[in-house]
Amino acid sequence: MLSFATKIVRKGVKMGLLDVNDSNFQEIVLNSEVPVIVDFWAEWCAPCKKLEPILEEIEKAYNEKVRVARLNVEENPRTAAAYAIRSIPALIIFYNGEPADTIIGLHPKAYIEKLLRRYL
Amino acid sequence: MKEVDLAIIGGGPAGLSAGLYGARAMLKTVVLEKQSPGGQILLTDLIENYPGFPGGINPEELTKRMKTQMEDFGGEVILDDIDGIEKNGNLWKVNGWENEYLAKAVIIATGSEPRKLEVPGEKKFTGRGVSYCATCDAPFFKDQPVAVVGGGDSAVSEAIYITKYASKVYLIHRRDKLRAEMIWQKRAFENPKIEFIWNTVVEEIRGENKVKELLLKNVKTGEETTLPVEAIFIFIGMNPNIDLVKDIVELTPEGKINVNLRMETSAPGIFAAGDVINIPYEQVSIAVGTGAIAAMSAVEYINKNFG
Repeated sequence: MLSFATKIVRKGVKMGLLDVNDSNFQEIVLNSEVPVIVDFWAEWCAPCKKLEPILEEIEKAYNEKVRVARLNVEENPRTAAAYAIRSIPALIIFYNGEPADTIIGLHPKAYIEKLLRRYL
Repeated sequence: MKEVDLAIIGGGPAGLSAGLYGARAMLKTVVLEKQSPGGQILLTDLIENYPGFPGGINPEELTKRMKTQMEDFGGEVILDDIDGIEKNGNLWKVNGWENEYLAKAVIIATGSEPRKLEVPGEKKFTGRGVSYCATCDAPFFKDQPVAVVGGGDSAVSEAIYITKYASKVYLIHRRDKLRAEMIWQKRAFENPKIEFIWNTVVEEIRGENKVKELLLKNVKTGEETTLPVEAIFIFIGMNPNIDLVKDIVELTPEGKINVNLRMETSAPGIFAAGDVINIPYEQVSIAVGTGAIAAMSAVEYINKNFG
């Protein structure tokens, strides 16, 4: 899955953030060898959409050192509940399979990067 | 280092309006936005009181239109988080996370952010039932009882919005009447899901992993009660974002930027507009109007000092 997504990027095909779900969360996020930022979002949440361009920039800037993924909380209630998501946008930085930091609400890219760098 | 004529900090309605006027004056104009354009209006679902849009307009759509209109005249929005402004000869140097900007004039349009209750449990349960954004979080509380705190436009209009999802909305207000626009008050009083709890403040937010109940205190009688709710939405006003300029420009005792009718601050070449200035109302129409004034004053200032 990881290499597949990477391949698409390398081909230069424009894609959004990598979508993860209840069934592949373990494999893609928890088993990842690099830190993963997961963006918990929903269609109804306008500020969530504002985070996307910021996350895409972060993904580009940190290339293979960090994975950026997003999870639709409406379609994936199991994972959303597992991390007690009751407010979005919510970003969780997963490090070694554990939620290491949570960012609730919209924050500047600089803020997200500062937290992220703790895990690099 | 990027050299510009006019640097506008903040890409909400005030900043985008200022950007439009700056760009139309043929100034090299940049709007520096730390997240993405729109500002606080993005937290609401519909703007009903901005003239020209009967039936209301979606805040994302309004933002997009303002941004496009400004860009049509050559204005530019740059995503950057500004953390300092300093004098540099007769210019101002604006320092960002991504870049530095050297500007002839600066407009502070940094807006405001929701004020916190500052009670025990608020921080602990943020994201676990404590929320400052109804459009983001109300759907998590479908068919559950929630509380809203406040008595102004945001509190009352968002309480009404939340009734689309919640089984019950307790509107907790420290006074015995609301401050919101009458149209909001009328809608709220007519809404069967909203129950008003007057003369009451929240003393504590309690729970284990998530919000379970509120400790309330009646300010008239001193009586304390608990209220079981799954969430508390807090709309008790806004705090101006003044960190960037608090040592450069004069502030009011309330901590807003003191401007005159030309939107001039106490620092020559620095203007301000929108929620961050000493106007007691936070409205899109006011932000847009003061943004226009700030930009026109900045144009005059630049012509006079650099012409």
